[in-house]
Amino acid sequence: MKQRAIITGAADTAVGELPGSTCMGLHAEAASLALADAGLKPSDIDGVLCAYSFTEPHLMLASVFCEYFGIQPAYSAAIHAGGATGCVMAMQAAALVKSGICRHVLVVAGDNRLSGLSRDRAVAALAEVGHPQFERPFGVTIPALYGLVAQAYMHEYGATPEHLAAMAVASRTHATRNPKAQMRKPMTVADVLASRFISEPLRLLDCCLISDGGAAIVVSAADAARDTAKRAIAVLGTGQKNTHEHLVAAPSLTEFGCRDSAAQAFGRAGVTPADIDVAEIYDSFTITLLVELESIGFFQKGEAGPAALAGALDLGGSLPCNTHGGLMSYAHSGAAGGLFHVVEAVRQLRGEAEARQVRDAELAFVHGDGGILSAHCSLVLGRQ
Amino acid sequence: MTDKPWPVPNADTASFWEGCAQGELRLQRCLSCGAAQFPPRALCARCHAPSPAWEKASGRGRIVSHTRVHRPPSPAFKAEVPYVVALVALEEGPRIMVNLRGTAADDPQIDDAVCIGFDPPAGPNGIALPHAVAAEAP
Repeated sequence: MKQRAIITGAADTAVGELPGSTCMGLHAEAASLALADAGLKPSDIDGVLCAYSFTEPHLMLASVFCEYFGIQPAYSAAIHAGGATGCVMAMQAAALVKSGICRHVLVVAGDNRLSGLSRDRAVAALAEVGHPQFERPFGVTIPALYGLVAQAYMHEYGATPEHLAAMAVASRTHATRNPKAQMRKPMTVADVLASRFISEPLRLLDCCLISDGGAAIVVSAADAARDTAKRAIAVLGTGQKNTHEHLVAAPSLTEFGCRDSAAQAFGRAGVTPADIDVAEIYDSFTITLLVELESIGFFQKGEAGPAALAGALDLGGSLPCNTHGGLMSYAHSGAAGGLFHVVEAVRQLRGEAEARQVRDAELAFVHGDGGILSAHCSLVLGRQ
Repeated sequence: MTDKPWPVPNADTASFWEGCAQGELRLQRCLSCGAAQFPPRALCARCHAPSPAWEKASGRGRIVSHTRVHRPPSPAFKAEVPYVVALVALEEGPRIMVNLRGTAADDPQIDDAVCIGFDPPAGPNGIALPHAVAAEAP
């Protein structure tokens, strides 16, 4: 009989600037918290998925983690898909338990990217996503590459700087209700528009944070999930689409793989965007979130910005989105950044989100994108 | 001082950079399906036939997007800030990334017609980076 994949544990460490933290220490802390959340012991884990690290880069990060944590699972692998990694790991973990290869898969990521790396080094390391011969020599950064997307998208669909700013403001509004968030000071559209340009049209407050932090989930086979501690959250549908890595080779500057990735996940779950109660969508920049909201089908082209200005992404709106505060106000620490979205979706579906709880949230959508809207992975999660 | 990330030509790209050093923009064209492509590869990314041929491109194209960079990737670019990075769709179809120079960088607009030129050769491999300037009025 085909197994269903259940998220039985979800947790993250403190986030922000964590002096004295290490990459592996954050991994271990997040893993311990997720195991405790699930009510499982380290020895119950028979599969481990890790991502990548800037501060402790290694060819075999999953093996490095297992050695550090003190477990010897039957299966382990490290996955590199940029910002999509959190969702890709969750999708892969679901496939491992559904196929019967594993019973409990630990998915863990973390990095001390803020305290362990200077801001200059972090910016330089991230710029390596650009093509070494045909992009980086022209002085691009990740904000510059997303700035190119923003300019093209605004030209094509009429999005404005205010529409972009509305994405950042919506995230900040959620973050003011989350005591763990790195940035909690209330913020307005005018504040975003008054911040300095990083790469036009993107300003400082259109960009995600650089943070220390770690996150982990446990994905279990349904029959192995019976004895775990919390309300079971089912992985109802997953999808991916990969169209390019480098922006210079992207098939389009205004149409991206998030549409197909999400359609696949919705199709497998047997639901539509209108059924979703809460969304946690990768938001490395305001333009990232705006493009994804419109491409995935939550809003028509040109309508996400006006809707966000009217409160659609807030609690009580048509699509509460990035309720933890997202990458722009909660935290962004590498591959853990995308995993924070998954952890928040689980908390919302369990009803554990306290002041930021979406009432009666039964169905959540999570999306990650890596590169320059290059690699996409979507998840539909629901109360079991 | 940290140096710029100069291209290091390889078997896929050497002909492109040789062309740039001679003031010539080169693209690959598939001998099987006829598709022009960039970046260069060992095969055609459309029909997967091997060994696409090199040809001289027109050097004419239009801006499909642009961004003025205020925060550079490294100190090596600091002296040039703010500078404009653009994606240019060439007449042959493929898109390339360049910096805009001269009046093209003043107030760039999507769909502006531009021509590809070349910086003086520089860096350890004598690389002449392509750039774009405003196209002459016809």
